[in-house]
Amino acid sequence: MKYHAKVYVSLKKGYSDPEGEATASALQGLGYSVSEVRSSKAYEVSFEAETREDAEATLDEMCRRLLTNPTKDDYSFELSETR
Amino acid sequence: MKREDIKVLLMRAPGTNCDLETVRAFRDLGVQADLVHVQKVFRDKNLLDYDILVLPGGFSYGDYVRSGAIQAKEMEYRIGKEMVEFVDTGRPVIGICNGFQVLVETGFLPGFEGRSQYPEAALANSSHGYQNRWIRMKNVGKGNCTMLAHVPEDHVISCPIAHGEGRFILPSDRREKLLQRLYDNDQIVWRYVKADGSFADGEWWDNPNGAFHDIAGICNPEGNVLGLMPHPERAYYGYLMPEWTKAGAPETYGDGRVFFDSIVKYVESKF
Repeated sequence: MKYHAKVYVSLKKGYSDPEGEATASALQGLGYSVSEVRSSKAYEVSFEAETREDAEATLDEMCRRLLTNPTKDDYSFELSETR
Repeated sequence: MKREDIKVLLMRAPGTNCDLETVRAFRDLGVQADLVHVQKVFRDKNLLDYDILVLPGGFSYGDYVRSGAIQAKEMEYRIGKEMVEFVDTGRPVIGICNGFQVLVETGFLPGFEGRSQYPEAALANSSHGYQNRWIRMKNVGKGNCTMLAHVPEDHVISCPIAHGEGRFILPSDRREKLLQRLYDNDQIVWRYVKADGSFADGEWWDNPNGAFHDIAGICNPEGNVLGLMPHPERAYYGYLMPEWTKAGAPETYGDGRVFFDSIVKYVESKF
């Protein structure tokens, strides 16, 4: 089966996120009542796997091995089958 | 071994930019220094022909994903076995700036239980953005990092930093415990200090990136893998030091020389 995933990587809570802070400050400057901005990075990954379970496990491994540094990053993903 | 027989391998990746200064520093000390592209090293797998491995500074692979991440994973699957063997033989591995990031991403640093599968620390960005200027770092190692045996204890080196992602951090839930472990293993080698030699205490300017505990450089528990954010190669010659014009003429050598000199002397006497 072919799969397509959107992976979101963001800094874990508790670590300062300079990009988010600077963005929040700029949005506040524009007059928006923004209390916090957290920045994240998104990847779109297309790949093949036998089953959905396999696809989830493989994607999880990709996240831990390369897309994130588990010391500082959290991640989540949306997985869908494609034709 | 004889100094002229010592062979240094400097691995250059796309985006490396501090390679030539580092080559020049080693050659000035009378050793052989080969600057080789990573793809050639991957093909030849001849790491073990060398006595010292250096990962120079720069922005390998455009800092894609995270600084050092792509080069680290490429090294893992192309020459992972050779890297582990090189480290296990006790030969020095030095990562400067981007090289430090690569060594953290490969799991060789901090390497509490040998090379870790996933990184156990990180070099993150900071609210001060990209910083490119002079800092001071103090040698706080107590002897475990044997390649720096010829750098006096508490010796302060003034040299540049140039990075956006250099804030050394440990996992927040185990931060204090792991810091203690770094101390117990004598793995903390360089810390940022103020002009008077006291620790920067997290304060910006002297600590340029908000690094936890002012940590600028660490080694592995065995002491032969060393990573640091500052650039001693950019302070190797006297004319590279700031403010020498006030003295009229530069000294021959700058603050960074003792760093490279110690590594060469160590290999000369140990192997």
